[in-house]
Amino acid sequence: MAAKSTLKNMALCLTLVCLVCSAILAVIYAVTYDPIQAAEKKALTESIGQVLPDGGELSDVVSAEFDGKKFDYYVSTADGAPAAYAVKSTTVGFGGPLTLMVGVLPDGTVYNTSVLSHSETPGLGAKCNTDTKFMDQWKGLRPDKVIKVTKDGGDIDAITASTITSRAYSLAVSNAVAFVRSIANKEEE
Amino acid sequence: MSKWSILTDGFVKNNPTFVLVLGMCPTLATTTSAMNGLEMGLATLFVLVLSNIVISLLAPVVPDKVHIPVYIVVIATFVTVLQFIMQAYTPDAYKTLGLFIPLIVVNCIVLGRAEAFANKHGVLESLLDGVGVGLGFTVSLTVIGIVREILGSGSVFGWKFIPGDGILAFVMAPGAFLVLGYLMVLFNKYLKKS
Repeated sequence: MAAKSTLKNMALCLTLVCLVCSAILAVIYAVTYDPIQAAEKKALTESIGQVLPDGGELSDVVSAEFDGKKFDYYVSTADGAPAAYAVKSTTVGFGGPLTLMVGVLPDGTVYNTSVLSHSETPGLGAKCNTDTKFMDQWKGLRPDKVIKVTKDGGDIDAITASTITSRAYSLAVSNAVAFVRSIANKEEE
Repeated sequence: MSKWSILTDGFVKNNPTFVLVLGMCPTLATTTSAMNGLEMGLATLFVLVLSNIVISLLAPVVPDKVHIPVYIVVIATFVTVLQFIMQAYTPDAYKTLGLFIPLIVVNCIVLGRAEAFANKHGVLESLLDGVGVGLGFTVSLTVIGIVREILGSGSVFGWKFIPGDGILAFVMAPGAFLVLGYLMVLFNKYLKKS
């Protein structure tokens, strides 16, 4: 096999291979750019739709600082007044960042939650995405203090063997609610 | 060596998981469910087939001393292509497999087949070898995934037939080693008679 190695043909060969490969990547990147953007947007819209009540006009993304953290959120407006907020809330779970989309009504009631991204253990913490018993607990919750799991003296039943994930989830929802309260108050003033 | 035996060698004689014991990182990490195992296997199959074809074409003209860098660039290119395609058309699978897709670049199976087979054989043989080994890997991962999903979650391909939580250990790393070990024993006892 293989040709004899000289400095010239080695350099030439590597340069050519790298050039061709980058050209291929450039083409594939250009071709898949739009579908990737579309897929990401679709996932985002779906999760917002899931956590907000039907109807109402959705705003573009808004960013605001609260309590030293930056929150991205979307406002759903019905009859000229904000009807609900969809807040992107990130905390640290067991395996890495846990990002939720939390739908909150202006009075601080949680409408629904959905998981945008997580790196929890498959089969354990990852169930925060699929375990309906766990996920249904958040609907209609109107916390007046930080939400906690039963193990820490709160009301949320944690996912079996995934207390850390459940804690992170509770914290993310709590943060989102606190954040919505602060912006809803501001708007009233 | 007949064409047919090149194809079937990947399943039994050269089975990457149970005989060559290559690519253990994705094998142990992504087989938490049957679906994840299948997706990982197919992703590797895609890269393996394409890189085998291109490397068998390139091998005669690449100077000996730089053949490894050239192969790695070729493999990395196909993995990146795969990443873009998965992100665009199967975002859910991309999300679950996440980190393990870029890691296909350093999967020993891909470079292993390039070094052991594709650079000494023609295009057609290399293609068949890629398909054979790739399917062997896919089937092995899916089987491990099925066993772990049944024991750990009481379901197969997401279809739940045992209520309750299942044996948690099988979803986590220790279960991966146990299942792999027992399947390897069974495989070597009943299938690998050479």
